[in-house]
Amino acid sequence: MALTTLWVVVEPSSDSFSTTSLELLSHARTLATNVAAVTWGDGESLGAQAGEYGATTLYNVGPLDGALPGVPVAAAIQALIAAVGAPDALLIPNSYDGRDIAGRLSARLDRPVLTNATGLNDDGGLVTEHPVFGGSLTVRAKFTGAGPGIVVVRAKSFAAEPSGGSPATVVAAPAGDTGASGSAVIVVSHVEERTGPKLEDATVVVSGGRGLGEAGAYELIEELAKLLHGAAGASRAIVDAGWVPYSHQVGQTGKTVKPLVYLACGISGATQHMVGMKGSKNIVAINKDADAPIFQIADLGIVGDVHKVLPALIDALKARS
Amino acid sequence: MNIVVCVKQIPDPAAPQSFDASNNLNRSGKLILDEADTYGVEMALQLVDKSGGGEVTVVSMGSAADVAGLRNALAMGAAKAVIVSDDSLRGTDALGTAKVLAAVIRRDSFDLVLAATESSDGYTGTTPVQLAELLGLPSITFAKAVTVEGSSLKVSRQTEAGFDEITAPLPALVTVTAGVVEPRYASFKGIMAAKSKPLEVLSVADLGLEGQVGISGAREVIVSVEAVESRQGGEKYVDDGDGAAKVVAFLESIKVL
Repeated sequence: MALTTLWVVVEPSSDSFSTTSLELLSHARTLATNVAAVTWGDGESLGAQAGEYGATTLYNVGPLDGALPGVPVAAAIQALIAAVGAPDALLIPNSYDGRDIAGRLSARLDRPVLTNATGLNDDGGLVTEHPVFGGSLTVRAKFTGAGPGIVVVRAKSFAAEPSGGSPATVVAAPAGDTGASGSAVIVVSHVEERTGPKLEDATVVVSGGRGLGEAGAYELIEELAKLLHGAAGASRAIVDAGWVPYSHQVGQTGKTVKPLVYLACGISGATQHMVGMKGSKNIVAINKDADAPIFQIADLGIVGDVHKVLPALIDALKARS
Repeated sequence: MNIVVCVKQIPDPAAPQSFDASNNLNRSGKLILDEADTYGVEMALQLVDKSGGGEVTVVSMGSAADVAGLRNALAMGAAKAVIVSDDSLRGTDALGTAKVLAAVIRRDSFDLVLAATESSDGYTGTTPVQLAELLGLPSITFAKAVTVEGSSLKVSRQTEAGFDEITAPLPALVTVTAGVVEPRYASFKGIMAAKSKPLEVLSVADLGLEGQVGISGAREVIVSVEAVESRQGGEKYVDDGDGAAKVVAFLESIKVL
């Protein structure tokens, strides 16, 4: 049975939707004739944008009054399904809140959730694609049994392209039953100052790994990123070690980046890292271990000590400016 | 306070991974405690310590043929371990895993459930939240700091822009990111003590979950597994003091400079 109806969870992000949300809407409209979006917060004003990217209806859960989105949004979707019937599948961005919504909804509907999807096709029903083992294999999967499938999709899996569609009809979603599980509330939000482009949007990404030797050496990564008007990333190893915050992490656990050039400095190339950056247009690797797996996918490999190569590179770039 | 920590024994992530004939992850080799779980165990031990009483229980699902990972958690200081191990669990998905863990955790009273944000072998990352829903608990994922004040919980939660301060009443479930605490190494005394600590092995029938879990309970199937054409490496130079110049030339060639 071919796909007819898809719902896309679209996350509010300042006065718009998150980029991944728009990517999912754009792809959903190539798969199904009926695409609805589900959002929360100040959704009233976003019907035009939802429509432009392919949704005909925008279900708005409304203000959450400080509650974490997972429970109230999943509860509203469950109530919506009871009211208007279930879609063939729900597509949810891979983000902090997206994963919460997916998990909550899965248990509420007693339906499975497939995560880390990077491809979605209609092959007599929804077929999802997932990179495994560092992206060396692609697993295709499909849902069985009655009820909607729930798919969590990684960022940058599809292009966000406006369709020129007319504004989506904004419909208030019924409030669901949140129960005691909805009692986690946000007291205050802290925005960490950042300079330069976002990691996901940067043309140049400079990432550091365990080869830096110590936390202080990450300054070299930040300085180089700044000189190249890029963003600074990190491998899981140094995030786990507490050298840099999780928000810098590139990989399976962390962000997917596809910059024009990715500079991997002191990163060996664990499969968990590769899956987050192997889509980069160009890859430069600097590592003292000539056998490091990262060299197998690097367009330019420098076998050398990052503590020598990076300062020389920084000096060379400064001399040019 | 009593804290339950969900942990997983996984194949060594440094070893090459493969699928078995039925497309399940090959787990036939040595299993270790997922490093991602050591942060939850450490945080639980610290919170119980601060509260002045109670104990840490580790709960797991998977093969009990090798329990070195669970013994490791006991050696760190957990009081007891429970593992659900049953051939009928092969092919259990994330929701099925949450059902199994929920059935174990419901047996005793607890104040807090901790888990990693995701495992280092499957990376599904939804089991903890599914578990919270099944247990009727509030959940706070991606915690970078956790404190308990009386019967309420304060958590700093990672966000795209920075972090949020969240409060929730206990009992609750929290997933902790790596690097938030420094997991202790088990002492010799701890390792010796762990050998005599209770380690309970349960079957699916013990929990009354026959038919709900395993491959029959999973309502998704693998359609195909295909090799991806690998990206080809380019030129590789040994740095003789000219490494930086090579990088500059490359950046010029792609017009970044």
